[in-house]
This record gives sequence, C-alpha cells and structure tokens, in this order.
Amino acid sequence: MLGLNTKDFLLFVIVAILALFAPFILNPFPVDSAMAQFNAGYPDLMQRFLIYGIFAIGFNILFGLTGYLSFGHAAFLGVGSYSAVWMFKLLSMNVLPAIALSVVVAGIFALLIGFISLRRAGIYFAILTLAFAQMSFNLAYSVLTPITNGETGLQLSLNDPRILGVSRTADGSIPVTNLFGIEMRETYEMVMGGWAFQFNNGYYLCAVFMLLSFYLAIRIFRSPFGMMLRAIKSNNTRMTYTGLNARPYALAAFVISGMYAGLAGGLMAAMDPLAGAERMQWTASGEVVLMTILGGAGTLIGPVLGAGFIKYFENIFSKINDNVLHGWFAFLPDGIENLMVTLVHPFVGKGWHLTLGLMFVLVVVFLPGGLVEGGKRIAGLFRRRKARDETDQSKQSNPAE
Amino acid sequence: MDAIILQILNGLDKGSAYALIALGLTLIFGTLGVVNFAHGALFMIGAFCAVTLSRLFNLSFETVDPDRTDFLGNPATVETTYIEHWLGSQMGGAIIDWAVPLSLLIAIPVMIAVGFIMERGIIKHFYSRPHADQILVTFGLAIVLQEVIKYFYGANPIPTPAPDAFRGSLDIGVMLGFDPNAIIYPYWRLVYFAFAAVIIGAVFAFLRFTTFGMVVRAGMADRETVGLLGINIDKRFTIMFGIAAAVAGLAGVMYAPINSPNYHMGMDFLVLSFVVVVVGGMGSLPGAVLAGFLLGILESFASMNEIKSILPGIDQIIIYLIAIIILLTRPRGLMGRKGVMEE
Repeated sequence: MLGLNTKDFLLFVIVAILALFAPFILNPFPVDSAMAQFNAGYPDLMQRFLIYGIFAIGFNILFGLTGYLSFGHAAFLGVGSYSAVWMFKLLSMNVLPAIALSVVVAGIFALLIGFISLRRAGIYFAILTLAFAQMSFNLAYSVLTPITNGETGLQLSLNDPRILGVSRTADGSIPVTNLFGIEMRETYEMVMGGWAFQFNNGYYLCAVFMLLSFYLAIRIFRSPFGMMLRAIKSNNTRMTYTGLNARPYALAAFVISGMYAGLAGGLMAAMDPLAGAERMQWTASGEVVLMTILGGAGTLIGPVLGAGFIKYFENIFSKINDNVLHGWFAFLPDGIENLMVTLVHPFVGKGWHLTLGLMFVLVVVFLPGGLVEGGKRIAGLFRRRKARDETDQSKQSNPAE
Repeated sequence: MDAIILQILNGLDKGSAYALIALGLTLIFGTLGVVNFAHGALFMIGAFCAVTLSRLFNLSFETVDPDRTDFLGNPATVETTYIEHWLGSQMGGAIIDWAVPLSLLIAIPVMIAVGFIMERGIIKHFYSRPHADQILVTFGLAIVLQEVIKYFYGANPIPTPAPDAFRGSLDIGVMLGFDPNAIIYPYWRLVYFAFAAVIIGAVFAFLRFTTFGMVVRAGMADRETVGLLGINIDKRFTIMFGIAAAVAGLAGVMYAPINSPNYHMGMDFLVLSFVVVVVGGMGSLPGAVLAGFLLGILESFASMNEIKSILPGIDQIIIYLIAIIILLTRPRGLMGRKGVMEE
C-alpha cells in the first residue's frame, strides 16, 4: 500500500498512530500525581520530539546509508531557522512559505558544502563538514550580524514589513505564526478525570511533516537510489570499478539530508519564531549524530527513537531538583534519605548531561546497534525461548511412537 | 615589521597549545588507531590540576589578631594559610605563588593514571570497532569528564594566576632595535612557548633515541610484524596513551594562567586541535606540531585590524578556511603519510 510492502506499511501506520495519539500516550500520569513530572505530553516537548525526529531521519539518510559521518549538520538546521524567520519578517506569518524557503535555502547550502566536502571521505569528510559548520557559526556571530542579529538572535519586531500580512495586530502586538489562520500556538486542552491532554495545532503540523518525511525516507531506503547509497557504504572502491561515479549519489543524499535539516529548522522557527546562532554550533551537530546512533543508524525507526529518547531525558532529568528527590525518598529513614539524595543529585537537574554522557558510553559499549538492536535482542530472546518451547513440545510428543 | 613580529609572537602561545594537544592526539591515533574525542577533556583536567593545587595551598584558618581592629572596632580576624603557618610566610608564600608550576609535578602522575584508566577501562575494547564508534564513546567520555569537573568546580572560569615573577611583560621591541612599547609580550607566554618547545622536544627525543621509542615507532609503522617478533606492543601503546594524556594535561596546567580554566575549555580546543591534526596530516607527529604553530600564527595575523578591515570576519574563520583549502589541495595534509586513514 502507498507503494510500500506490508512490513514497511505496518511500521508507517504504527508511527502515524503513535504521532496522532502522542498527546494521550505521553501523558500517562494524572496531573496531580507525584509522577506528573514524567509526563511528556505538553506541546513544546512533543514538537521537539518530532522536529528532532525529522532532523535525525534526514541525518540517517546520509550517515546510515552512505556511511559519510557529517559533523556539521546543525548548520543546515540553523540556516533553515534563519530563512524561516526572515520569511516571517518580510512576507507573512503563514508558515508554509517560511518552511518552503527554509528547505530550499538549506538545500542550496547543502549543495555547496556537499560539493566540496564529498571530495574526501572518512574522518576528513567529518572534519570538512565540521569546519564549514563552525565557519557558518562564527560568521553568524560576527560579520553576518545584519542578517542573523548576532548574539541576540533573530527575532520578530513590530516594524517588520510583512508584505502579505500585517506588521502588527489590531491590539498592537506581534502577530503569531499560523497556517491560513490556524494559529500554531493554539492548544486545546481536554480534561478527563485527573488527566489533562493537550492538543496543539503546531504539534499536528509537525506531525504531518514528520510523517511525510518518514514516508519519503522509507521510499528512499527501498529504492534503487537507496541501494546505490548502501553500495557506497559497503564498498566504494568496487562501485567505482564497476564504472559508476559514486559522488553524484552521495551528493544527492547529502542535499536531501540537508533539506531535512532545513525543514526541521523551519518548523522550529514556525513553532517559536526566533533563530539563534547556537543552533549551528558543533555540539548541536554532535547531538544529532548521537541521536541517530543511539537509536540505531541505518534503520528506519532508529533515529526517531533516538531523538525522542534524548529529548525526553533532557527535559525530564533536567527538571528533577532536590525537592523532588526528597519527595521520592521520603519513605526512607532521614539519614538514608539524605544519602540517597546526595548520591542521585549529581545525575539530575543541571547535571543531566552527566547521565547523558554515561548513557552514551554504555550504549556504544554494549549496544553498538543502538536501541533498535536492543529491541531486536529482547525480541530474539523471546523468540528463542518460544522456539525452544516448541522443540521441547515436539520432543515430548515424539516418544509416544 | 614590528607589527608582524608581534603577531608571530602572539600566535606562538596559542599555537603551542594547539601543537601540544595535536601532538597527543596524533600519538594516540598513530599508535592505537583511535580517534580520541576526549583529548580536549584531558587538557581541561590538566588545567584543573593547577586549580586544585592552588586551592589546596590556599586552604586557611582564621585567627583573631588582637592588635588590629576592623571598622566596627572589634578585633579583626586574619586568615592564615596552613602552608604559611607551617613553613613560615616567606617559604609558604613562595609555594603558594608558584602553585601553577608546582602542579606540573602532580599533574604528571594524575594524567598518566587517568590515561591508563581510560585506555584499559574503555578504549581498549574499541580498537577493532569503526571510527564512528570510537568517536562516540570518547565523545561520551568527554561529556562525563566535563560534567564531573563542572559538578565539583562550578561552571564559572576560575582565575589561576601565574607566579609573581612572570606577571609582567617583556619589551621585546627594544631588544630588537624597535621603539619601546612596540612589541610587548607577557613573560608567562614566553614561558609557555619555551615549555611547549621542551615538551615537544622531549617527546620526539623519547621516540627517537630510546629503545622503547624505537619499538613504538616500529609498532606505528607495522603493528602486526612487531607483534609477531614477540614484543608486547599493546602494553607499550597503553603507556603511550598515558604519555599522550600527560602531554595534554601538562599543556593544560601551563595554560591555566593564560585563560582562566572552565569546564568546557577542552571542547573549545578539541575541535581546533582536530583541524590541526588533519591539516598536519593524520599520523604525522612533525606535521601536527608544524600545523599547530602555523595555524596559531595565522589566526593571530587574521585578527590584525588591518586585515580585518579588508576581509571582515576573517579572524573567525581563518583556521577552518585553511583546513578546507589544504584538505582539498593536499588531501593527506601537510606531512601525512600514505595509507593512513584512507578508505
């Protein structure tokens, strides 16, 4: 269906259902309960899941298929954000032209950088992309201040022209981003018993784009073009010897993944119309690499999982403070309670990066294939047990004869 | 002319730091074949060795001095550091003053220990894994080390002064026959440069003139054959990892007075050092040193006002620009050997 085989279609449907019902699924705990801080079902975080999901899916098309490790992908995201905000400033607050422009600009930017960087492979490619991204970051901070507004970041103001829209609304404030009048920040809250579920317009816009990107990624993975990209990864030399020039394929993959990053950047600006240079910094590029590998590079669903995982823990862990910890360990005697709080304290709140770092080390050491491999191993464990049970049964039934 | 000399000198101290870090990176890459993203963190830990020691020396107790009163008329409390109390104010004061150079002594064992633990504990398992995995695991390690330091020392830079004797500046211009105040250069930066030169020289001499170094060089060239000759090359490579960690750490210790250490200083240097290594040529030690100084000096030239007025923003991107040009025209870097890191 939709040009996918049954297995892929099933995966796509599952992802679609998850995205559609995420406001329910991510809000399993009642508002007033002690566990409410583990709820991730608020619009801001859910949007980030999807946006970083798109970013990672795109990165995976390059890294997972061709094996080219780009360490400068955040530059495309940053460029996308800047172009979207400029569109909001100059044209209108409708998100579609902004997102379209951010994808196109990021694509052109990726074409330029990719054309040069892809002359080299391996770590040289990583350093080249890193160099370009750091250059963009440094320039955005210094010389390009008229375009990027330097350290403050690019923001909307009341004096922006907005040719097709209005510079200011009737009550004199900056208009909000919308899709033909549907405001992105508008949230419908549904209260059911102790639960409050939030349905945000922006989230569903992101969901639509995420599903489109995911669908496109599946099609690329299963296409002859995707096959060609895998060939680059498995044996570039042999591919060259068969008379094929690998570089156009790699460049196409690079541009596509750059456009994905631009889409993510554009959506980010559509949800919250500002853009700053720190989005282009190499740590941001490192983050998407980590997401992809944590989830499982080269798999379809891995990058989305990795992005969700990291963003979830980033938000939840950094919210836990000492008071919360004291609440958790309150059932223990005072001395042990304080000891536990002291022990856990470095890993949560401001120290969540420490947890993140440890998690990476552990995942890379023990689960090189990422979360997807972990899931497969667990599934394999069950399957083997089932298979063993079946053979046991067949053995048991056999002696009767 | 004097401006050019000044810029060369200005580039030397940053170039020294780049060269030292790049040297360690190349040592690790050349011996173990591991791309170590945690190397910047080792540099940072070195700097925090200096911070720790100077804090230890400054531990003090309060006494009430009956002869003096504070502005309310109460007897004033005076803080005396333990060191001064034990060793007398002259000797103790001198020790406190020289805290940064003295931390070199503790930094060497600390850094070698950190290097051994890292190598034996984690990196050992990554020799045969792809470079991407190595980058990730060392990147994770770097985050962990950084956060541990942040937890204990906070996020703000901690000023760590150089000894009083080196606090002023030297008027090099007068010595070379220029006007006074034309070329002024802080003493500590001269010390840093000299120190870097000594360390680099020592590493090269160690590799060149000792049997151990010879075996290591042979192992870098052909690990398998050396192993077949019955030499435990892994053990020697582990020691080299410790030495590389120590080089990064010492570079960090001496850098503490130039830039107040903070927990992410390592990451800031790491990216540039990788660029330096690649420009110098992966696996080439002289290349790393040469590229380190070259890029340091070019960076300081690019920050001259005359050049910035022609090419605005060039100081921000010069290193990356040079790296891109060199990688595209000389793919192996300045002095890279054939067959290193080439797919």
